[in-house]
Amino acid sequence: MNKPADLKGLVLDPVTNDQRYIGNSEPRHKARRLLEGQGTYVDDIQLPRMGHVVYWRSPVAHMKIGKIHTEQASKMPGVLAVVDGVKMAEICKPWVATLGHLAGMKSAPQHSLAIERACWQGEPVVAVVAETRAQAEDALQLIDVEWEELPAVVSMEEALSPDTPVIHPDLGDNLCFTRSLDVGQVDDVFASADVVCEATFGFGRHTGVTLEPRCQIADYNPGDRRLTVYHSQQAPHMMQDLYCRQFGLSESDVHVICKDVGGSFGIKVHAYPDDFATVGLSMMLERPVRFVADRLESFTSDIHAREHRIKGRIAANNQGDILAFEIDDLTAIGPYSMFPRTSAIEGNQVVNLVGGPYKHQNYRAKLNVVFQNKTPTCQYRGVGHPIACAVTEGLVDLAAQKLKMDPLEFRKRNVIPDDAYPCSGISGIKLEVLSHEQCLRTIEKMMDYPALRKEQAELRKKGIYRGIGFATLIELTNPSPAFYGVGGARIASQDGASARLDPSGVVSILIGVGEQGQGTEGIYAQIAADAVGISIKDVRIITGDTDVTPYGGGTWASRGAGVGGEAVLLACQALQENILKLAGAILTRPPEELVVRRGHILDKATGEQLLPFSEIGRIGYFRTDTLPAGFSADLMVTRHYTQKEYPFIFTNGVQASYVEVDPDTGFVKLLKHWAVEDCGRVLNPMLVDEQVRGAIVQGIGGVLFEECLYDDSGLLRNGSMADYLVPMANEMPDIEVAHVETPTQSSKLGAKGAGEAGTAGAPGAVQNAINDALAPLNASVFDQPITCEKILKALGRV
Amino acid sequence: MSLKKKITMTVNGLTVNAEIEPRRHLVDFLREDLHLKGPHLGCEQGACGACTVKVDGQIIRGCLYLAVQADGCEVETIEGLTKNGTLADLQESFMRRNAMQCGFCSSGMLLAAAELVEQRPHASREEVREWISGNYCRCTGYHSIVDAIVDVLEARAKGEKIKPVVAHA
Repeated sequence: MNKPADLKGLVLDPVTNDQRYIGNSEPRHKARRLLEGQGTYVDDIQLPRMGHVVYWRSPVAHMKIGKIHTEQASKMPGVLAVVDGVKMAEICKPWVATLGHLAGMKSAPQHSLAIERACWQGEPVVAVVAETRAQAEDALQLIDVEWEELPAVVSMEEALSPDTPVIHPDLGDNLCFTRSLDVGQVDDVFASADVVCEATFGFGRHTGVTLEPRCQIADYNPGDRRLTVYHSQQAPHMMQDLYCRQFGLSESDVHVICKDVGGSFGIKVHAYPDDFATVGLSMMLERPVRFVADRLESFTSDIHAREHRIKGRIAANNQGDILAFEIDDLTAIGPYSMFPRTSAIEGNQVVNLVGGPYKHQNYRAKLNVVFQNKTPTCQYRGVGHPIACAVTEGLVDLAAQKLKMDPLEFRKRNVIPDDAYPCSGISGIKLEVLSHEQCLRTIEKMMDYPALRKEQAELRKKGIYRGIGFATLIELTNPSPAFYGVGGARIASQDGASARLDPSGVVSILIGVGEQGQGTEGIYAQIAADAVGISIKDVRIITGDTDVTPYGGGTWASRGAGVGGEAVLLACQALQENILKLAGAILTRPPEELVVRRGHILDKATGEQLLPFSEIGRIGYFRTDTLPAGFSADLMVTRHYTQKEYPFIFTNGVQASYVEVDPDTGFVKLLKHWAVEDCGRVLNPMLVDEQVRGAIVQGIGGVLFEECLYDDSGLLRNGSMADYLVPMANEMPDIEVAHVETPTQSSKLGAKGAGEAGTAGAPGAVQNAINDALAPLNASVFDQPITCEKILKALGRV
Repeated sequence: MSLKKKITMTVNGLTVNAEIEPRRHLVDFLREDLHLKGPHLGCEQGACGACTVKVDGQIIRGCLYLAVQADGCEVETIEGLTKNGTLADLQESFMRRNAMQCGFCSSGMLLAAAELVEQRPHASREEVREWISGNYCRCTGYHSIVDAIVDVLEARAKGEKIKPVVAHA
């Protein structure tokens, strides 16, 4: 295990002139209060006259809504309003979630409360607001909706069949989006290859299970006609914009505040129907309204992700060169594409990423994204990467096995070499600079691979089946406007940061990217302290408030460090320049002769301390009369950064898993997991390690435990934390993490994203380890989650 | 549901008198009536452990425990245990290891860890993993939490203190 003291410090050239914090395992700015029970999550906020909303949600997968009887509920104690979709639609417009650059993509108009039909179990239909949550829940029992069950589209395989009902008749069929990609002489290569392997990969739907449920307080103030929304959300400015558009308000009328967020993972970056309904209720009632999803609501209304079935093939020659990949991906997204990011992105990523680490020149992919009557799916941590990686790496292992090559050697031979960048991947993705070869060498050493293989072979003789699995991966981070902006979605890929020297000498940073636990505020404090030249204890970070921070995109696609961090760096370096100018004016010396060190102005030549920052603040704010005529102190500066060099900055890494499979019970024991991660410049090794580990465990959840199970009529069977399995401490292995640092040249900081690669690689690594353990028994499983039952079936034992 | 019952309990050392509905969960009472922010609600069915508090010295699930059951009892939450220093070395250790990310599980996790440190001072790494398996953490992957608890066990065994890290406001 890595102790913070053992972690590597700075290994790259510094980016600031007195670098003390960047690159070190600094404890997280502002984290202590979370350990003392002093965080402020949405549910901790109490407002006067606050009402509480609960939603009557569709009890079935597809239904026609008849008459809604609300009289009894309205008369219950404390009830403030009972509102249906027709009434809500008078103030909230419907939306259609498509992106212009996903050619041919379609979806149907969606309302904040369902009108006429509800299309999944859990879709909100009627809102009940009362003075307390308990009163609202009491009244909810008395809502009587006349409804008629309609046939549901449950199986994605049958969604496009002519016998299957069309969910939205106006769309003509149940096809949301389709894409084909064909590069190289794919048919010829498969026909003439020495080795062709194929498999069908299944991926169960899963969901984020943020420990803090989705929640918000909408507070419409009729006096100033202004809406304030306290939200557990990753993208405050995006929500501000959406509230404006759906309710016909202007940006200056809407204020979104995100304080502490209790887990997000992509679950809280989408705009949900009940988000709009809660806002609408506050506008109608002219008082604050709080919505907190209960756990059953979370399971049926938080986005799900990753329901895919993929047929995949790989071609290789006898020398051990990968020649081609081919995939056919079928995925289902629920009845509507999710607003505003759209549900077609996940499948699109799979097409872009399959085969991504390798240097083959032939690739064909087909994607069908279909509608169905289940909870909508959308972007969740890793978005498409875990699927693409598990398919690619599963096929790579099959080819290596058939060629009787060591899987690690096979990967070493086929990855795009470290000296080949920049280059394009076969799907057209632009790769700036990656380090597959170095990562593979590092992991081999870290896990002592030869010794592990020896141990595995010896144990096999005793009837103990252990397996080693690898997953090499690429992950897109630091997105440019090519992700959403070009498609017409108003989601900022740029971020701004303001740096302000306060009179006491403290530096305050205001930035659009907020904190959801990943340590964003901690690394911003590190960057700011180094870039201005001050102790980290004198830095304050202010995020999550659209009235206050520069406009920005928030947290998604692992952009917080690479995009937000760069904005902080640029703003803070500019602030240091202005501080030096002001010091020059105070001291009547050219600023070039001065330098900033640790909160003081020094004589550059002698190192003599001339002025503390507190003096800069005092004169800059209170004694401007002593400054030369026309001199402006400018002790607050704002800089923006947008990554435009590449559509995305790719990171890379490799993971390995060591497992033991019991062939009698199908039980998988995770023994150890290793990860080598290259996220460019490592700003804080401890935080990156924890991002990697947390992400790996979510990936392990996907490959071994987590699945939203539905019955044939589209009803969710496991909507509780007791029934939906997530990894707990006892089942998880120790996870060793190492870093390779290949900075991106697209920014000064050189940081790439680090939040999702762990989730991307773990399912492939664990799947391959299980199949390696099962290999001597001539069995394999490619259907995730890989349960005991599926293993026993593969072994022919059940 | 207007039937109310009078209760008296000690919460973090202070006497609390209240008149509440018998159906009110202890954690709802602590959060909504006493405005304590430490115990959190994650699942309301005893699965996640975010609502963990202490009643008469034992940790319980605040969402499965009615407030009227705590009538006459001594209730302690993360706020009180922070103030009286009970959790100081664990909190220090969690800071050093970044054994929290979003912090939503942290109150419950720390209370579970404190009971382990108290009752199983010689617990192995595996036993630590097993002990905290009643508490969800969706962010950390548990590794850093296990590290942090093991550090405290080792330090206490040697009679040492966890070296404080500088915390910034």
